[in-house]
Amino acid sequence: MGKRSQEEKFQEKKSREKKIQENTIIMESYLQTVFRRFKKHRLAMVSLIVLGILCVLAILAPVIAPYDPNAIVGDFGAAPTKEFWLGTDQIGKDVLSRLLYGMRVSLLVGVLATLISTVIGVVLGLLAGYFGGIIDMVIMRITDIVMSFPYMLLVLVAAAIFRPGMWNMILILGFVDWPGIARMVRGNVLALRETNFIKGNIVAGMSVPHILFSEILPNTAAPILVYATSVLALSMLDEAALSFLGMGVQPPTASLGNMLNGAQSLTVLTNQPWLWIPPGLLIVILVTAINFVGDALRDALDPKA
Amino acid sequence: MGKYIIKRILIAIPVLIGITIIDYGIMCLVGSPLEMMQGPRVSAGAIEAKEIALGLDKPFYVQYFIWLGQLLQGNLGYSIKSSQAVSVMIGSHLGPTLLLMGVSLLVSLLISIPAGIYSAVHQYSKGDYAVVTTSFVSSSIPSFFLSLLLVYLFTVKLGILPSSGMTTLGTGGGAADVAQHMVMPVIVLAVSMAGSNIRYIRSSVLEILQQDYMRTARAKGIGRFRVIYKHGLRNALVPIVTVIGMQIPTLFGGAVIIEQVFSWPGLGLMTMNAISNRDYPVIMGVCLLSAIVVLVANLITDIMYAVVDPTIQLK
Repeated sequence: MGKRSQEEKFQEKKSREKKIQENTIIMESYLQTVFRRFKKHRLAMVSLIVLGILCVLAILAPVIAPYDPNAIVGDFGAAPTKEFWLGTDQIGKDVLSRLLYGMRVSLLVGVLATLISTVIGVVLGLLAGYFGGIIDMVIMRITDIVMSFPYMLLVLVAAAIFRPGMWNMILILGFVDWPGIARMVRGNVLALRETNFIKGNIVAGMSVPHILFSEILPNTAAPILVYATSVLALSMLDEAALSFLGMGVQPPTASLGNMLNGAQSLTVLTNQPWLWIPPGLLIVILVTAINFVGDALRDALDPKA
Repeated sequence: MGKYIIKRILIAIPVLIGITIIDYGIMCLVGSPLEMMQGPRVSAGAIEAKEIALGLDKPFYVQYFIWLGQLLQGNLGYSIKSSQAVSVMIGSHLGPTLLLMGVSLLVSLLISIPAGIYSAVHQYSKGDYAVVTTSFVSSSIPSFFLSLLLVYLFTVKLGILPSSGMTTLGTGGGAADVAQHMVMPVIVLAVSMAGSNIRYIRSSVLEILQQDYMRTARAKGIGRFRVIYKHGLRNALVPIVTVIGMQIPTLFGGAVIIEQVFSWPGLGLMTMNAISNRDYPVIMGVCLLSAIVVLVANLITDIMYAVVDPTIQLK
């Protein structure tokens, strides 16, 4: 008797292992398909590599930056030399070091703002789509209200009220960017709720949080990911614009946007191009790369293609 | 049709009330505008008198209803900074902004409609690839950086375009002068809009090109050009209407930055000044106006759908 049950257990274990193996194979092959399709988009591959390098540079900024970004190390507004590759700013800080640290701040603002808005948008979208009725109506009306404000105006007003600064900037962008994601998730949930497997889950008596987050969410993950890349690109542009206007990240902390702030004066614009062209170009490169990656992801994750 | 419009307006009313409440809530967080006038030369009594005169001593919800009641009588309040009526201030700054926005929208459509259609018709060709790549770059350039580049090129290096204002100081102005001042702001706004417009129109036209009626038209043997421009373009009007509707809020926001950079004397510049002075009746007036514009633009977009596409049934 004992031997038999051991044998049974062994068999069971084996079949379970086989199942897990099968599952992992399916998982891998899905990711492989996505990656294979992604690789077809050559510009996006280049963008991904560029983004990777820039992110590493940003993360390693404290190690590789030649000078302290906030320390006065050279002449005032000196042109690029061997010592200072990108010159110095009006009060003698090294532009290259500030550029590396600024990229760090800009990426951090973009990523965290995107995370916040994605979480808010996903949760509200799931609730509105799944429960419908009055909850749906209230959430969608709030979405309408937030969407009716011209985006930039809302952010500017909020930035003026909550004292400009990096963390406030992250919160403001995060709390303003979510309506698009909420609408998209709601639409997907409405469609998914009618499918048999979700109906099956309801009949099986699964808890609502489980159905929402473990059954429905993974099935709308792909469009959310694509949408999040465009939100990332937009929030980095907004951070730059706000910091440029002096309503965002405040000096002495460098961000790519506030490094361009000096170019509002005509002397800097005319005589010291090394102060404003590199950070501007870096923003363009970062945002373009993110947009290309997002576009390729959209194609790669599209189940119809 | 009439019923539909009324229904849409009724739906818009709670949204509008929500907008005013949120707007007012944010403004209450701003802190008192009187902080700005505090100083050694202003006595506490004077501040108190001003506070009562402005109604700031009452609880915030009472202030909200006072403001709302006046609003219904067409009174947007008075600027705390200049004591001008907000409606008069908005009225005098609205013209330049509408001019800038209108021309930019037109220019961006003139770029993006042909580019989007070309790109869709020649899908996967080198031309298509170039158009799409350019469109991505153009929507990735921060508008203020593009402005700086243009000013550097056209004002500093070539010296052919003025970099700020709407008219040359000391001259009477005139249409040619205004047009010259408009060139750079219009380019920047149009470029920043054109990027997403091109991609949107391209993907919509691609969808249209795969429709059965397009195949039928081709099978009838009429030329390629006529198939696209007679059968395709008419149906492409729906996405184009969508694009215009989508751009209105973007335009309002973009104008704030562009007007600041080019010192264009419009609503955006006025709003930035109001924000830095905490002149909240003005800020609220602008927010309310822009929210109404967005709501109306959405409504008009929906109605336009029905006009350009008879298969859409409005309920």
